[in-house]
Amino acid sequence: MVPVAVVPAAAGLTVATEDPRVTAATDRPIIAEFVDVHRHYVMGKDNVVRALNGVSMQVRKGDYLAIMGRSGSGKSTMLNILGGLDRPTTGEYRVGGRDVGKLDDDALSDVRGREIGFIFQSFNLIPQLTVLENLEVPLFYQGRVGPESRAKAQYLADRVGLGKRLEHKPMELSGGQQQRVAIARALMNDPLFLLADEATGNLDSNTEREILDLFDDLRKDGVTIVIVTHNPKVAERADLTLWLKDGQVEKLVDNRAAAPAAGGAP
Amino acid sequence: MIGDTMRIVRLGLKSLLLHKLRSSLTTAGILFGVASVIAMLAVGEGASKETLQQYRDMGVTNVLVRSKKPEETQQSTNASSMWNVLGYGLLYQEADRVQNLLPQGIVVRSREFQRGVVHGEHWASTMIVGTEPPFLEVTNMKVREGRWITELDMQRQTNCVVLGESLARQLFPLEDPIGQTVLIGVEDRFEIVGVLEYQGRAASPNGTTLDECAFIPLTSSRRRFGDTIRNPSTNRWENIELHEIKVKMPGPEWVESAAGVVDLMLKPAHGAKKDTEITVPLELLRKEERAERMFSLVLAVIASISLLVGGIGIMNVMLATVTERTREIGIRRALGAKKKHIVQQFLVEAGVMSTLGGLVGVGLGLLVPLGIEKYFEQPTEVKTQHVLMAFGISALVGVVFGLYPAWRAANMDPVEALRHE
Ligand SMILES: Nc1ncnc2c1ncn2[C@@H]1O[C@H](COP(=O)(O)OP(=O)(O)OP(=O)(O)O)[C@@H](O)[C@H]1O
Ligand SMILES: [Mg+2]
Repeated sequence: MVPVAVVPAAAGLTVATEDPRVTAATDRPIIAEFVDVHRHYVMGKDNVVRALNGVSMQVRKGDYLAIMGRSGSGKSTMLNILGGLDRPTTGEYRVGGRDVGKLDDDALSDVRGREIGFIFQSFNLIPQLTVLENLEVPLFYQGRVGPESRAKAQYLADRVGLGKRLEHKPMELSGGQQQRVAIARALMNDPLFLLADEATGNLDSNTEREILDLFDDLRKDGVTIVIVTHNPKVAERADLTLWLKDGQVEKLVDNRAAAPAAGGAP
Repeated sequence: MIGDTMRIVRLGLKSLLLHKLRSSLTTAGILFGVASVIAMLAVGEGASKETLQQYRDMGVTNVLVRSKKPEETQQSTNASSMWNVLGYGLLYQEADRVQNLLPQGIVVRSREFQRGVVHGEHWASTMIVGTEPPFLEVTNMKVREGRWITELDMQRQTNCVVLGESLARQLFPLEDPIGQTVLIGVEDRFEIVGVLEYQGRAASPNGTTLDECAFIPLTSSRRRFGDTIRNPSTNRWENIELHEIKVKMPGPEWVESAAGVVDLMLKPAHGAKKDTEITVPLELLRKEERAERMFSLVLAVIASISLLVGGIGIMNVMLATVTERTREIGIRRALGAKKKHIVQQFLVEAGVMSTLGGLVGVGLGLLVPLGIEKYFEQPTEVKTQHVLMAFGISALVGVVFGLYPAWRAANMDPVEALRHE
């Protein structure tokens, strides 16, 4: 039902830094790419906040990437651009082969609706809608709501273990369950990649582990995942960790090199 | 496509149900606006409809000239005047002159007086109208049974009478009146030759409806009762040749000039005395129609104001809703909603409120006139176009006043919206 390609995941993120370790390319296709991205907030005449200050990086199909950094380092800013909610001030952000910075609002909305699966820290389900209706929201804006979308919602709800809760309202679910619904919702449009901002930040450690296990399952099915986190425990479950500092890439760490057993790399 | 629309409307309803009280109060604003518009217009229509019908019944191609008792002067009010004969009004000779001046018109003369009409033990005091054959056509009445007064009756001055429907029913509750006789006054026996159809019109200027009158040939009336008759209500002798001259013109375009001609002709004899009066039903009709249009306009303005107030209520609530649901807007934008989808969603919400208010308002607006008719016995008339107009405006109000809040929602920065608590 859900066409998730079963591509064996391997290290595949390239960052344009001088560090030769992180420029190792793979043959997996690039799905999202930053080319010297700047994001500046002009606060006053002489006060420009350079939230992103020349970031270049790539996300390849099948990557499981964690973005880390101190508070204010630009993680959320980067994620907003990755998700097509925001545009670079200068530089290029290419997703699915298109330069997002040049798209108009409608086209950008389509990029979000078709290519990206958002998962938020505070779940962000729509309270007045049932689980099923929440799951159908992304497809609704593509004009694809119908018997098929219902079947797909059922499939994904089953997959995240909430197949019997389709008619419940978000308020009737626990935090972990709500986040599972949100993950299912993020998968409804078969996105190029999942984008999670502190997805486990509001959950206790047991629930956090369950969610991370779910991410592991997903990426085994070839789902590309990009997460932002403060939590090293969360980051180390990813294949790669991109460290940001003052709006720039500090380093890219291959977590499997440190603990080869954790990843699936040869 | 229809499925999607249904979905959006359902979603709108759901969101409105989040704040039941607030939504219903806002809806009520529109509801009462629409209901009051419909009710007001129905009452206005009803009131003028009766008047308009009354003027139509008088005949839009007719010019009516009536004798009118002159205003009492100082000298004539003393006691001795009781024994004087009061003479006033239209003359036979004047009717002839009207006919000469207006050869295209049909001139009908009548003489009216109050008398008792008796059949056996049934008795009624009513208006006896002495008139001529064209009266039927000019007043647009029909005979239900028997026949109307004929030229032969006029020539022979027959004692024949045609009864109005109500009068016939009163005097002959069980029997067929045709061929029977009634006593008019104390000594004159008249044979009933016909009964009119029920008219249900308003009372004539003489205070009696056509259904209650008894009609006899004008010639017989003059012969049996004369021109000088004691008026039982004032107890005075009055010499009046004719009470009314009706002139039916070939078309409505004639009546104005015909009235002018008649007025000119009567002025020398009656102008100072003021004992005649010309009525042009068409003019009254037009005047009433103008008044009605004016009234409708005023109502429409009041209606617009009440709906404007309702619209402001909707805008207010929608602005609050948009602020409260900033985060939802951010979520939807993140999940691929375009600006137009957000606009649509909030417009539909505003539209649902105003349309629901409009629908219930129409229901209430239809009930109120029924109540007014029942308990105040005031005629009302609900016009379909008014209902459609009120409903249409209410639906439009939702869209117009929902537009700005919806636009504001759609133009929020998705990032900001998602960060909103
Ligand atoms: N809308 C904005 N206007 C002005 N400055 C902003 C805006 N958004 C972010 N910034 C600034 O950009 C820099 C990066 O912010 P960002 O939110 O990306 O940090 P972060 O890494 O996500 O931090 P945290 O871990 O606290 O969430 C910060 O200095 C922040 O103050
Ligand atoms: Mg952040």
